[in-house]
Amino acid sequence: MKQSVTVSKSEEAKWLEGIKVVLSKLQFKTPTFNLKKIIVPVISIVAFIGIWYLGAEALRQREINFRVEKALTDQGQAAANALQACFASNESTCQTNTLPSPTQVWASVITLVNDYYVVKQDKLDFKNKTAAVNAKRIAAGKAPIVYTGRASFVDIVIRSLKTVFAGFLLAFFIAVPIGIVIGLSPTLRNAINWFIQIFKPVSPVVWYLLVFMIVKTLLIGTSSDNSFLISFISVGLCAMWATLVNTAVGVSTVDKDYINVAKVLKLGQLQKIFKIILPSSLPLIFTGLRITLSVAWMVLIAIELLAQSPGLGTFVWEEFQNGSSESNSKIIVAMFVIGIIGFLLDRFMLTIQNMVSFNKSEGI
Amino acid sequence: MSILEAETHIITQTAPEIETKELMLDLKNLKKVYPTPKGEYVVLEDLNLQIMKEEFVTIIGHSGCGKTTMLSMIAGLNEITGGSISVLGKPIKGPGPDRGVIFQAPSLMPWMTSLQNVLLGVNQVFPHATKAQRNDIAKYYLQKVGLEDAFHKKASDLSQGMQQRVGIARAFAIKPKVLLLDEPFGMLDSLTRGELQDILIEIWNKEKITAVMITHDVDEAIFLADRVVMMTSGPKAKIGDVLEIDFERPRTRKTVLEHDDYYRYRKHLIDFLEH
Ligand SMILES: Nc1ncnc2c1ncn2[C@@H]1O[C@H](COP(=O)(O)OP(=O)(O)OP(=O)(O)O)[C@@H](O)[C@H]1O
Ligand SMILES: [Mg+2]
Repeated sequence: MKQSVTVSKSEEAKWLEGIKVVLSKLQFKTPTFNLKKIIVPVISIVAFIGIWYLGAEALRQREINFRVEKALTDQGQAAANALQACFASNESTCQTNTLPSPTQVWASVITLVNDYYVVKQDKLDFKNKTAAVNAKRIAAGKAPIVYTGRASFVDIVIRSLKTVFAGFLLAFFIAVPIGIVIGLSPTLRNAINWFIQIFKPVSPVVWYLLVFMIVKTLLIGTSSDNSFLISFISVGLCAMWATLVNTAVGVSTVDKDYINVAKVLKLGQLQKIFKIILPSSLPLIFTGLRITLSVAWMVLIAIELLAQSPGLGTFVWEEFQNGSSESNSKIIVAMFVIGIIGFLLDRFMLTIQNMVSFNKSEGI
Repeated sequence: MSILEAETHIITQTAPEIETKELMLDLKNLKKVYPTPKGEYVVLEDLNLQIMKEEFVTIIGHSGCGKTTMLSMIAGLNEITGGSISVLGKPIKGPGPDRGVIFQAPSLMPWMTSLQNVLLGVNQVFPHATKAQRNDIAKYYLQKVGLEDAFHKKASDLSQGMQQRVGIARAFAIKPKVLLLDEPFGMLDSLTRGELQDILIEIWNKEKITAVMITHDVDEAIFLADRVVMMTSGPKAKIGDVLEIDFERPRTRKTVLEHDDYYRYRKHLIDFLEH
């Protein structure tokens, strides 16, 4: 019995060997490895959608039951039956207002994509319509008329990306120089440490309020829309702490051997900073920047919402206020878009981080 | 060809021959105290050592006796508690490129290429040379340590042995008066260690820089040195004994091992360490 098993196994091995040879001749990679890498996530995605579907269906049923029950006690059997039928027909007047199912969300994706083309056409029409007028206005030294109509979902995402990048740049230009300075000077580090420890855990909402107070007063009397300004400053201030701390730690913990080399060679202060201290702390600085970018993206939604900046945060909030079933689906779409963009940003930073790190250990 | 030019260039750079018995390094009543939680710890006390110009001195002693402490004080990286250290009669003031150091760990900048690592020192010491001249100097020494194919390799991509070769090139390239080596080959396997000893002694023969080297290896100490300095065990370590090694130079490992005096020297050192 055992004998036969081993024989068949070795035969199988031969077969596999043969297949591998054929495949390699066909210039394919051995498929087993890649297959596992593809199949497992696919299975988990399918399972996720399945559970989501069942969950959404159960929630919908619960809401329908409740409302039909209520109609029955308030208005009698006829009304209840009519409502039941209405829900079954899935008409737009009889929609539930609960967690949308995957199909509803997919429908919203398509709506949003179509809407993008509609808005694009609108903008084009607007441009053509105002071309002549604007040419005249520019000739007369006046500002041209700009499109102020409805924004598409793509515009909204772009607005959010712009905000997050502006915030990230602000964080970069504040946190890295300050981090270097306090990393170099233990005295300054001690002086500023309490400040960092206190402000680091402050929530994005409070940062927004603080920035709002200050910017509002600074721009008093001007009528321009400052929601972008306020939101990116808040995002930057809220997200910069990881970079600040990491830069300071990186700069202050340079390998003692490197510092000794600098001492023996009598490198000047600037040379020491630019040739030794900064390069050796680059990996830590970039780890900090990566955290900063992901924090910036995460707090962005709340801050945009508060600042009424027309990005994803405001989009989500307005759809929620809308309260229709369609809006719920759009919120879920926004959620996925936020997640995917966040993931891509993180990958991007990870790639850069691995490029600058000189000990080849890969981060996660 | 450019290497040859570099060589003549370097030879003209070295100071003309002075009488060989000039005093290069003078350690007088040297004392070192480390403050510890349990009170003061006196590592070195009344340590006196004179090292002549162009001499190669190796230092042996038990682990923890204070060899690194002494060497880093000569380098100026460690403060002097008492006594004095002079180079060519002048008391030292902090670290400087007149005293090159080769550390136990190669301590190269891992983000720089081997050439950039050597240039870091060369640029500093020869600020008035042209860029091409400085490149030639750095390349000359890298080629001397056998790294002519690795000028542009990142230091982090080099093996431990190759990194230490760069360390040797970097140290010689700044033309120090004194070269200080703290167990530079301690981390290497014995084969690589032998190779690097040969390289070190070959360059040293040519440049005749005063060298002070700590080692744990008795054979290495004898093979390289004009004098082996033995330190007593701490605390309050001082110089216990000095052994003159009278082998002719240039030496090869073979002639040294076959020399009649070799085992006498070896026994002397081992007796000291085991007493
Ligand atoms: N910064 C310091 N503070 C306090 N004690 C120290 C310090 N550095 C070294 N010591 C102590 O001084 C003594 C001598 O240290 P040192 O490193 O000079 O010894 P060593 O001879 O080089 O030893 P090894 O052969 O192991 O390298 C040791 O007991 C060590 O613990
Ligand atoms: Mg030591």
